[in-house]
Amino acid sequence: MRTGRLAFVAFVALLAALPAFAPQFWVTLGNYIGLYSIVALGLVLLTGVAGQTSFGQAAFVGLGAYTSAYLTTRYGTSPWLTLWIGLAFTGAVALCLGFITLRMKGHYLPLATIAWGISLYYLFGNLEMLGGHTGMTGIPALSVAGIELRNERWYYYLIWAIALVALWATNNLLDSRPGRAIRALRGGLEMAQAFGVNGARLKIVVFVYAALLACVSGWLYAHLQRFVNPSPFGINQGIEYLFMAVIGGAGSVWGAVIGATLITLLKQWLQDGGPLMTLLRDGLELVLPKGVSPSGNFEIIVFGILMVVLLQRAREGLWPWIARFLPRPKPVPVPPATPLAARPREQDGATLLYVRNARKQFGGLVAVNDLSFEVRPGEILGLIGPNGAGKSTTFNLISGGLALTSGDVAFLGASIRHTPPYEIAARGIARTFQHVKLIPQMSVLDNVALGAYLRGRTGVVRAALKLDRVEEARVRAEAARAIERCGLAAHTFDAAGSLALGQQRIVEIARALCADPVLLLLDEPAAGLRYLEKQELAALLRSLKAEGMTILLVEHDMDFVMGLTDRLVVMDFGEKLAEGQPADIQRNPRVREAYLGGA
Amino acid sequence: MDLSIAALLAQDGVTNGAIYALLALALVLVFAVTRVIWVPSGEYVAFGTLTLAALQLGKTPGTVGLLAAMAIVAGLMETASALRRGEVARLPRRLLTWTAVPLAIAGAVAAMAPLELPLPVQILATLAAVTALGPLLYRIAFQPVAEASVLVLLIVSVAVHFALLGFGLWFFGAEGSRTPPFSAASFSIGAVNVSVQSLLVVATSVLLIFALYLFFGRTLYGKALRATALNRAGARLVGVSPNFAGALTFTLASLLCAFSGVLIGPITTIYYDSGFLISLKGFVGAIIGGLSSYPLAAAGSLLVGLIESFSSFWASAFKEVIVFTLIIPVLLWRSLTTTHHDEEE
Repeated sequence: MRTGRLAFVAFVALLAALPAFAPQFWVTLGNYIGLYSIVALGLVLLTGVAGQTSFGQAAFVGLGAYTSAYLTTRYGTSPWLTLWIGLAFTGAVALCLGFITLRMKGHYLPLATIAWGISLYYLFGNLEMLGGHTGMTGIPALSVAGIELRNERWYYYLIWAIALVALWATNNLLDSRPGRAIRALRGGLEMAQAFGVNGARLKIVVFVYAALLACVSGWLYAHLQRFVNPSPFGINQGIEYLFMAVIGGAGSVWGAVIGATLITLLKQWLQDGGPLMTLLRDGLELVLPKGVSPSGNFEIIVFGILMVVLLQRAREGLWPWIARFLPRPKPVPVPPATPLAARPREQDGATLLYVRNARKQFGGLVAVNDLSFEVRPGEILGLIGPNGAGKSTTFNLISGGLALTSGDVAFLGASIRHTPPYEIAARGIARTFQHVKLIPQMSVLDNVALGAYLRGRTGVVRAALKLDRVEEARVRAEAARAIERCGLAAHTFDAAGSLALGQQRIVEIARALCADPVLLLLDEPAAGLRYLEKQELAALLRSLKAEGMTILLVEHDMDFVMGLTDRLVVMDFGEKLAEGQPADIQRNPRVREAYLGGA
Repeated sequence: MDLSIAALLAQDGVTNGAIYALLALALVLVFAVTRVIWVPSGEYVAFGTLTLAALQLGKTPGTVGLLAAMAIVAGLMETASALRRGEVARLPRRLLTWTAVPLAIAGAVAAMAPLELPLPVQILATLAAVTALGPLLYRIAFQPVAEASVLVLLIVSVAVHFALLGFGLWFFGAEGSRTPPFSAASFSIGAVNVSVQSLLVVATSVLLIFALYLFFGRTLYGKALRATALNRAGARLVGVSPNFAGALTFTLASLLCAFSGVLIGPITTIYYDSGFLISLKGFVGAIIGGLSSYPLAAAGSLLVGLIESFSSFWASAFKEVIVFTLIIPVLLWRSLTTTHHDEEE
């Protein structure tokens, strides 16, 4: 921790001292690195963390630059006002583009961003009022407290002050309630939605955040150069921003700065030539002779090849590689805090969940055929059946993962037939997954804290400004309690992906508990567990029941279910075969036939 | 605009659209089998045209040198991997495939360059040289990261695009080239003048698409690729090597691109960097097909060709804006009609 902070202080001190001793040329490079870092930071969040690839960031930089250029030269508006106008305009454009494209499956987005990146570039170049391809000149310099920032050395401080604030805010955001939800997006929407995250909305929020950062960078650029033309906002620059984020290490905010620095310096070095480049060039001429024109574009060749080699060696980018040499911060035990407000329990009705004539057809296949059953408060109900009986389909009909063909599911007296999964979660149903869905790089604590998503209210802005610490402490304390209750306290700070499968299933239960649910849905919790692990799991579920929790579990393993559940519903070929006490079910000839093939 | 102009624009649109359709098919194929968004496809198109143009002038095209260099790099990589895994016995065969065959193609094309052979022979030589670059590129750039995320593959793809762009400038210079038309003849249907050249382009595209259809429907290799596209792990379990599937896919895709380059050469002047925009239009077509349906991708490409040709008549400065903005309503329509599946990384 101490060394990490020292490294950070040294970094800031070096940044601050650079203009004092470095030649002009280095200051200029420093300015560009700062401007690029701000854009790449947005991509770290959007691409590295949320998993949404964008080649179009340069277009947003262009929107910021052109808005300010146009308003300041045409109407004499103050640059400090045009910053906000540019942000509003970029935000609106990003909102529209995001609304349309982020709903698509992952690989549409990069292509769509290329498309609008190119469209906007040609638009900048062809609009008379924006000066066409020649661009616009005479953009005023920024002034702070009456002093015009015409000097690049002064401007350097402005750029890096903004870059550091952006870095700080993005880092805060990642370590917060919305940050956990954003990180969860990468593992697929299903899991995030099961804990109340409106995935589609959150993606748009992240997209707009990244666009706004790009816009700020564009605004700074316009008033640094005091001249704009379309070329720095074309698709090639958009591609380069993505390069910076990926090469630097798109999983961390520091990846943005490292990537921006590396790519900027590398391109500079390649352009300057120097002895190494001459050697490379001669070498290439040797391998590929023929009557080739000498105007060859060597830097782009070397750049391309270097990037391929680098990604083959370090897929995750440079930061994870550097981070290995930095001391890891020691985890601090989670301090106790006021518990989060618990859900009011209404124990009046005799039935918690009704499934009435539920039917699911996939084309001609009837996976669930008019199934009816109910779950009563405080019981453990097992839904069992042989492979392909329709158990998991039923589970998904309840949790909102699949839409009913006909029939109804009602929870706490209200139908949830048309309710999206994130709202079902809000009503008090928490679930686990048959195939464990944790975020492997994230700590167990953070994974479990995601369960409490609906119990907090911190939004992106509060999180970025670090105004969420009181609530965050309560969430973390709650998560720590859930982990302890499930007997995993020793692993609180381990990466979830480093745990054994059995433990990962328990982490999923802890995460579900963190949501303070009325009903716990467990999808084959014992699958893949060893005998001892199964016993521990059964003990945990019994203790939860003793505390008043209602549990519906879908299972495969008869032994596990028999000693644990209060009642059983047996399914076969999509229909209910039997329902009753475990002991009666065990004696039921139809059940035995279904399981053992008529023994 | 009167009918004859409309007919002319439509003819242009369909001709370009047929070429974009070939590219769209190549892109869909590569993405489905390898998950690579094949950004450098455009360079393969440009290489196709420019290689043929160089052969027309009796010059040795630079692509030959690139082919030789890549064959040597691939040979070195194969040797290193064989030594590391102790599979030295398999090395001679691999070196034959990865180094000797491409070197032989490069040698043959270089040898015939000054002879100024007839056009069909030159076209065959062009197709051979450019197609051979495909599997080599897969071996060198993509095979080592074949299991990485789509994002990493995409970035590698873009890096390759940069490198090939640089090579293109180096080999062919900044001047554009046009190849002579296959036929200068034309005939009239009523008031409409139809050029034989356009008909040839459309017919070749249709023929290639039909050949692909037969390949995927009837042959074992075609079925193996389809299986890999549907389920990589499953295909691997039944004995389809992902490396083989990848290399085969890149061979087919670069053949399609080289064909596009040969077909587009007489229609448009091609520069070393023209490929990118052309392939992006193929992308737009492919996206309309959802990156998975071949017929829809071909139909989408035709639409792109038509919109491009009509918008160049009405608002030529905004031609690119119109074509690429078109994608946005298409995406909206697709986002409302397709069911969503979570993709997991």
